[in-house]
Amino acid sequence: MILSRRLIDSISSKWMLACLTFCLLLPLAIGAGLVFKSMPLLSSHKLSELLFSSEWYPSDNQFGFWPFIVTSVWVTVLALIISCPLCLLASIYLTQFAPKWFLKFMRPVIDILAGIPSVVYGVWGLLIIVPFVGDKLAPFFHADSLGYSILAGAIVLAVMTIPYILNMLLEVFRQIPVELGEASLSLGATKWETIKHIFLRKGSSGILSAFGLGFSKALGETIAVLMVIGNVIQIPQSVFDSGYTLPGLIANNYGEMMSIPSYDSALMFGALLLFAIIIVINVIFRYIIYKSELV
Amino acid sequence: MTFRRKYEEKFFRGLSFLFTAIIVFVLVQIIWTIAKKGVPSLSWQIVSQEPKGGYYFGKEGGILNAIAGSFYLAVSATVLAFVISLPVALFMNIYLIKYQRLLIGIRFFLDVLWGVPSIVYGAFGFTLLMYLGYRNSLGAGVVTVAAMITPIMIRAMDEVLKTIPIGLQEASYALGSTKTETAYKIFFREALPGFATAILLAFGRGIGDAASVLFTAGYTDYVPRSFSEPTATLPLAIFFQLSSPIEEVQNRAYAAAVILTLIVLVLSISARMLKPKK
Repeated sequence: MILSRRLIDSISSKWMLACLTFCLLLPLAIGAGLVFKSMPLLSSHKLSELLFSSEWYPSDNQFGFWPFIVTSVWVTVLALIISCPLCLLASIYLTQFAPKWFLKFMRPVIDILAGIPSVVYGVWGLLIIVPFVGDKLAPFFHADSLGYSILAGAIVLAVMTIPYILNMLLEVFRQIPVELGEASLSLGATKWETIKHIFLRKGSSGILSAFGLGFSKALGETIAVLMVIGNVIQIPQSVFDSGYTLPGLIANNYGEMMSIPSYDSALMFGALLLFAIIIVINVIFRYIIYKSELV
Repeated sequence: MTFRRKYEEKFFRGLSFLFTAIIVFVLVQIIWTIAKKGVPSLSWQIVSQEPKGGYYFGKEGGILNAIAGSFYLAVSATVLAFVISLPVALFMNIYLIKYQRLLIGIRFFLDVLWGVPSIVYGAFGFTLLMYLGYRNSLGAGVVTVAAMITPIMIRAMDEVLKTIPIGLQEASYALGSTKTETAYKIFFREALPGFATAILLAFGRGIGDAASVLFTAGYTDYVPRSFSEPTATLPLAIFFQLSSPIEEVQNRAYAAAVILTLIVLVLSISARMLKPKK
């Protein structure tokens, strides 16, 4: 009896350890697999040429990722320019000014926004944002645009990052000790002055991290952006131009890549690029969060 | 001076309220748009039939293949992820509880993994599939989606297990139970309500994601009968049908979007209701 219990315990411990090891090794395997697959491309092309050339002619064996990188960064930065102030002020309102019930009401709203699949955001973008940009915004700025543009992608992406960033910001403001605010208020500062001088400063590293993680989230978003951005390989000159993002490139071309040599390797290199950038960003900002929680 | 302070306060109070209102408005707008476009095309035929001949030219049929496929895929992936996540989360909170530094490292690592975009999982899954010489299939999709949602599930379970007081663990050892028994009989039971939320969260992620199944699960007009057959999924059904120039087909994409949104709405509301009160 005791023996069998011990036996079960030892088997189960080993199983648990095996599962943990597996989970920890998986990302390393992904990284290694992507490096392995992009090796053929890396050995025949210079890295600087791959990253900074804008000649993308797979059939001529020319793979310049620059247009995709530029578009991805444009869309992501623009999306954050829209969503960051929105999230920051909304989180301030919810934690400082709003009545308790309103925060309670907002939590499911944020949950639902976070849960809506990206393809549904894409449908919404096609129905609302693309016509809005094409018929209203572009003529207003005297630009020529069908609506399938960097700006449309950025607006859809901004909405998608809202729940993600907002949730982290709410957590940041929740963790600031109440006494800090009370001390400031008792010295005669107004509520807004307290927020501006105390809370924003105290929470600065958390706020920065929320924005940084939002950036990495937005950079990897695929389907929704793909549906509204137009997918034209070019270096965009204005926000009303179409573009082609890095994740979009991978998603759109995977089916046919087998017919052209080193195309497959190039797409894997694209995935590797994305993987590496996002891991680095995540490590940096998670580390900042971790450090700020210790203090 | 006082005048300026007063109005600055008022201004920012108003502005921050306005921004919050914009967020609520956007959510309402999204749901309303999807519902307005999709509900008129919803019918019993759409949810109960597989695509028939000429379906993609606007003829008879429905998207049962995608609905069933999505459910098969998400349920299997969630089960698989659960089978891996549960031992990991328990191991972290029972065996590693003494090694706080290591624990912090593992949590950090899992948090970083959370950020990896689904397209990377999809691309890796596809490469692996080609390397092993298999075709697109339900099974491959399940494994890819499970890999994607496992870190989320582990961290969500871990957050629940973290709150269980260490005294409970010590009491269990004092009564002579092994670590395994403590894990599965005490901790598991104690954390069960919290686990439900974790599972629903992961399930929602699994059913709504398109980029990871794009190359791994494939697409077919039939409800899959085994793990080795390809399967259609709702996000891809929306994506593909929307790119059709025929209006009836596009309308079905909107209907599919309504179904997917409804599923996710129900999931996220029930996850919130199941969440234990603090």
